[in-house]
Amino acid sequence: MAKEKKDIISRRSVIKAGVGLGALGLSSKSLLAKEANNKNLPPNVPEWTEILGDGVDVNPYGMPSEFESNVIRRNVEWLTASTESSVNFTPLQDLEGIVTPNGLCFERHHGGTAIINPIDYRLMINGLVDREMIFTLDDLKRFPQVNKFYFLECAANGGMEWKGSQLNGCQYTFGMVHNVQYTGVKLSDLIQETGLKNKAKWVLAEGSDSSGMTRSIPIEKIKDDCIIAWAMNGEALRPEQGYPIRLVVPGWEGNMWVKWLRRIEFGDKPYMTREETSKYTDLLSDGKARMFTWVMDAKSVITSPCPEKPVLQKGIHQIRGLAWSGRGKIKRVDVSLDGGKNWKTAQLHSPVLEKSLTRFTIPFEWNGEEMLLQSRAIDETNYVQPTIKELQNIRGVNSIYHNNSIATWLISKNGKVDNVRLG
Amino acid sequence: MLDLGRYIIFSLLSIFFSISSFSETRKFNIGKIATKQEVAGWDIDIRPDGLGAPKGSGDALSGEEVYAERCASCHGDFGEGIDRWPELVGGSGTLSSHDPVKTTGSYWPYASTIYDYVYRSMPFGEAQSLTYDETYKIVAYLLNMNDIIDEDFILSNENIGKIKMPNRNGFLLPDPRPDVKNLNGNPCMKNCNTPTKIIGKARDIDVTPEDEKS
Repeated sequence: MAKEKKDIISRRSVIKAGVGLGALGLSSKSLLAKEANNKNLPPNVPEWTEILGDGVDVNPYGMPSEFESNVIRRNVEWLTASTESSVNFTPLQDLEGIVTPNGLCFERHHGGTAIINPIDYRLMINGLVDREMIFTLDDLKRFPQVNKFYFLECAANGGMEWKGSQLNGCQYTFGMVHNVQYTGVKLSDLIQETGLKNKAKWVLAEGSDSSGMTRSIPIEKIKDDCIIAWAMNGEALRPEQGYPIRLVVPGWEGNMWVKWLRRIEFGDKPYMTREETSKYTDLLSDGKARMFTWVMDAKSVITSPCPEKPVLQKGIHQIRGLAWSGRGKIKRVDVSLDGGKNWKTAQLHSPVLEKSLTRFTIPFEWNGEEMLLQSRAIDETNYVQPTIKELQNIRGVNSIYHNNSIATWLISKNGKVDNVRLG
Repeated sequence: MLDLGRYIIFSLLSIFFSISSFSETRKFNIGKIATKQEVAGWDIDIRPDGLGAPKGSGDALSGEEVYAERCASCHGDFGEGIDRWPELVGGSGTLSSHDPVKTTGSYWPYASTIYDYVYRSMPFGEAQSLTYDETYKIVAYLLNMNDIIDEDFILSNENIGKIKMPNRNGFLLPDPRPDVKNLNGNPCMKNCNTPTKIIGKARDIDVTPEDEKS
């Protein structure tokens, strides 16, 4: 009897939450589907037990369960003039651990996805080198390889939130980040093949897509940890992530990680490309703009609960979230339930890697009261993730880029969660 | 014969030296040497000082026609931008305002960048289809529309590195971050003095996309 009552309550709250999500503009399908079919529940024999399932090779390349069809990248149509020069967002709220599945890594293109037959792929290295050279994809794979996890975050992640809370979702406000394991060759090894002139201080990385994406990178970073990568999470790069080759610039803004990389030029000065002058410069309130702001500062987000993940029933829950820093490892993450007045330190889950997403969790109990959820990352340089007010006081509200401030999720009495601004 | 013999010996020597020098400096012996022609075809970037600018020229008067044909359908006849396509002209004096307008005239610090970008990626979807002269003409037209050069000024590889852009000194280096107060890893944990009043909700702004799949 008691059990039956509990089932009804949870089903009702699920339906209620589903309606709420519909109003939010998010998929309610998967939630409604959670309304169980009694025929499949104990003591009955479930329908899938009574028949044979699909054999091997029905899906030669496996896909997620059909019941996970709402776990997809999404874009904000009004943001851009065309989908070929646009962005979509990783559904962080639906992911666990620290690895972003390849098909869910957010996309940012400036001239659409280039489709490149690897036979036709060439990487050119020219400029202030001893030997200007060309490498095929097979050539690159003959070099010593590295396998490293790194996060990639667009500098404009959270860019719509400078003036106030605009987008009501974890995906839309934090989803321009992903984290995969890259396989490739260190650029410092490639340089040993071409040699380098003493005057070489800057690198121009150039893509072969329709935008011909170009960025200048200082030689110190190139020698330190940049990778020419051909694989992500164990398989070839996805076309939308730069197949067959992308540049990996650990901890630095995603725009520099040039996809469909065709050329690396060494020079003695920066090139001042469109992407590092008219874009990816941070306008301050006095009309001056910061330039070459490459590092992604420490940041964190609670991925559940969040606007897409309401609290469906009273009692114990696990706050789940992600933290990352372009300056190294995450040292600590604190969580507040009262808008930043009081904090508790969350548990970090291994592996805790430098310049990689780090998973944190902390249990909390919800009994129908309003809560203001926040998370705050501290990295190994002792940098503390700031509030939006702190950033606004220094940079104004027109920066667009590098908003790494603490977000606030309001849990309402009905369990709905909202992106809110405190002040 | 003697000359030929010398030549053969010289050739063998130079092959020997080049091989030995390769084995000394090339650790892996992977990849091939790029020819000048191969590099020339791909090395299309140009720098603020004009380095890399290909030989060519054009003025705003002749640029107007090229611009109208190749650019105006998105950017508007006068660079005002159509729909959400970028505006290219105007915005002077707006950078410190509530609504800054960042155009080639008001924001871009170098004329070389306009040339480089237009040549490598414009028109949108027809990248690298403009000739060098057409590109100089379009850039001259934009610079003229932004009151930076006269309409009969002939922009070329010789002078593109010398154009003074209005916002040339509008950029700050180096990156001052971390620019927030240094808490040395020890932020407040209990009874912190922070405002907790809700002053805005994304739900009220109502610009979050609807999910068509629901």
